[in-house]
Amino acid sequence: MKAGAPLLLQVQDLRLYFRTTRGAVQAVDGLSFALGHRQALAVLGESGCGKSSLARAILRLLPRNVHTYTGQVFLNGAELMSLNEDRFRREVRWSGISLVAQAAMNSLNPVIKVGEQVMEPLVTHRRLNREEARQRASKALQLVGVPVDFLDRYAFELSGGMRQRVVIAMALVADPPLIIMDEPTSALDVLTQANIMNVLKGIKKEVGSSFLLITHDVATSSELADRIAVMYAGQLVELGDAAGFFPGPLHPYSKKLMTSVPRLRGGSRPEFIPGQPPSLINPSAGCRFAPRCSFRFNRCQEDPPLVEVEPGQWVKCWLYPANSNAGSHAG
Amino acid sequence: MMNSWREVPRYTSALVGLAIIAALVGLALYGIIAIPYGEAERLWRGGEGVWIDNPRNAQPGWVNLFPGRNLPETIIVDSREGATKRSGRGSDSVNTVQISLDFDYPYDDFPSELNLFFDARSRERPPHASLFWLTPDGRMLSLGEQNVESSERYSISLDRRLARQLGGQSPEVALFADPARESPQPLQGRYQLLVEALLFEAGTDLDARLVVYGKVHGLAGTDHLRRDITVALLWGAAVALAFGLLAAVGSSVTTLIIAAMGVWYGRWADASIQRITELNLILPALPILILVGTLYTRSIWVILGIVILLGVFSASIKVYRAIFLQVKESPYIEASQAYGASNRRIILFYMVPRVIPVLVPGFVTLIPSFVFLEASLAILGLSDPVLPTWGKVLNDAQQNGALYKGYYYWVLGPAMLLMLTGLGFALVGFTLDRIFNPRLREL
Repeated sequence: MKAGAPLLLQVQDLRLYFRTTRGAVQAVDGLSFALGHRQALAVLGESGCGKSSLARAILRLLPRNVHTYTGQVFLNGAELMSLNEDRFRREVRWSGISLVAQAAMNSLNPVIKVGEQVMEPLVTHRRLNREEARQRASKALQLVGVPVDFLDRYAFELSGGMRQRVVIAMALVADPPLIIMDEPTSALDVLTQANIMNVLKGIKKEVGSSFLLITHDVATSSELADRIAVMYAGQLVELGDAAGFFPGPLHPYSKKLMTSVPRLRGGSRPEFIPGQPPSLINPSAGCRFAPRCSFRFNRCQEDPPLVEVEPGQWVKCWLYPANSNAGSHAG
Repeated sequence: MMNSWREVPRYTSALVGLAIIAALVGLALYGIIAIPYGEAERLWRGGEGVWIDNPRNAQPGWVNLFPGRNLPETIIVDSREGATKRSGRGSDSVNTVQISLDFDYPYDDFPSELNLFFDARSRERPPHASLFWLTPDGRMLSLGEQNVESSERYSISLDRRLARQLGGQSPEVALFADPARESPQPLQGRYQLLVEALLFEAGTDLDARLVVYGKVHGLAGTDHLRRDITVALLWGAAVALAFGLLAAVGSSVTTLIIAAMGVWYGRWADASIQRITELNLILPALPILILVGTLYTRSIWVILGIVILLGVFSASIKVYRAIFLQVKESPYIEASQAYGASNRRIILFYMVPRVIPVLVPGFVTLIPSFVFLEASLAILGLSDPVLPTWGKVLNDAQQNGALYKGYYYWVLGPAMLLMLTGLGFALVGFTLDRIFNPRLREL
């Protein structure tokens, strides 16, 4: 991270633990990263690694059983964690950060029309009059390829792909600087996924927002992201530019993740990662991937720091000695 | 939702129910328009002046439609309107006036009452009148004579002296009875009441009006105070529907919003709403209303307010809570939170509409239950003192032993309307339940 660079989002040591009967679940455990303007960061990781909890932690959409919720989040330099609930709702949600939620197809209100639904953020935040709001809503819908006459339909009258587009249009409609997309293409069939991907690529070109793309789908992230973050067991294990990451992932987990993707050309069969992700309740003190890692050695019993091994490439593994001109990263 | 509404006409029961409700609403509207509020209040407060020309406890007019029934209607003969009045000169500045009040009597039963109303205008010496009764078979009976002071009423049927003269039978029977028959039977034909009066001063005038009270009146009959029950039935419909609708809307909408708020805010808000509900569920509503009616006020609006208040924390809060707990976890609620919808917006636009399909059938059947509640209070004598209502008619009927005395119509009118109200709303409610309740859906 270069000092003075204009950063849109800066997350420092973000922690979100959930209280359960068996102990605290460390869903997000000391995450730090930054995202510039007009950038797309993909957060990769398998199910249950805390990707969605990260989105919730940034947008402060917390369930009842929060155990710990600490750290700092800056949006355009302004600290968000210290805002009270009401200011956070007014100033951050949707006007600052919008979300395409995981079960996007079900995140439409079944009793109001699609048009009204897309207008909701405008009406709640911008206090626009209905005519203006309706125009902006239809513009946003056009951007994602939804015919304008869908404005007067109900959500149940739309197909899954159309609903997904409507949800994306909702995220765009208020022009927020940051859009978080939590698995935008899961729960869709392959053809529709491809359609939505094209929509997202189109949006990325036309809209001046940054994207935080949360996905377990390596292919999706490779098409959209400028930067890649890999999460494992609630922690960031690798952070780097997409251009550097895809040809040569550094962390053993990232490598395994890449080999698990089936390839169109070349004879290599997809591999799987042996073992299971660790329980996030009282995880082991050392490297959390160590039990499944084929490069495991003695030092893995200690927790490795996230170090910058090459400019812009950070990794949390003892295999990589810290680059001499880069310091240890907080976290 | 809209599609569900369109299904309603497919159910005959709903159509019948809607027809009944429409008829009741029509009745109520007609009542309000034909008899304005102030007028209705005045009429129902009554007093002799308002209803003096009505018989007491008369049956409704439609009983004459039964074969073999020919009950008398009220006959009014007025010397100012139609009856012949002849003036003549007597001796010593004494004038005479002869008023002949004649009428046809074609009925099979005796009238219920006979009243003669005089209207004399004199300064010092009142006119002196002699009364003669001429029957169709040519008999002439003297009804005595009297001095007439200004406006005076001579209740012929209550005149005991006359009754003794006529052989012990009450005058309204004896005067109309056919002498040829053993048991008293009215003689049909033209009767005449002759008033011959002596006027002692110049400028004195005398008018007379004979009211032969019948045994049937209007569409609904009359009560013990001669009041036309139709007024109470018409206005009762308006009061009952307004009370039922307001109480149902007031309590169910508030219940819905409170249940949603409890679920949304959770923690102590939810807990306290649940505890209040449980407390309220074991409180008996009717005794509380009786206490309020007895000790505080009987104004229908205060009672309405208390009914709504007691209805808010009702058992349905538990039902709604169960649904809201599920709705609250829906992805679209979380999405709305993510785009910064306020708590109020989420409760009103996102949660409440989801329960409306569950609410509607219950709401429709709730209306008559409040109508019955109001009627029950009225029957217990706790109704609004000024408004005519169905329950009040029933209360009057009960206090005057209507069923013991055979005045069945007095109970029948309001009871029928109450039952129709219940039936109409129940039919619609059951149909809506079949449409909205997925388990009862017919495909």
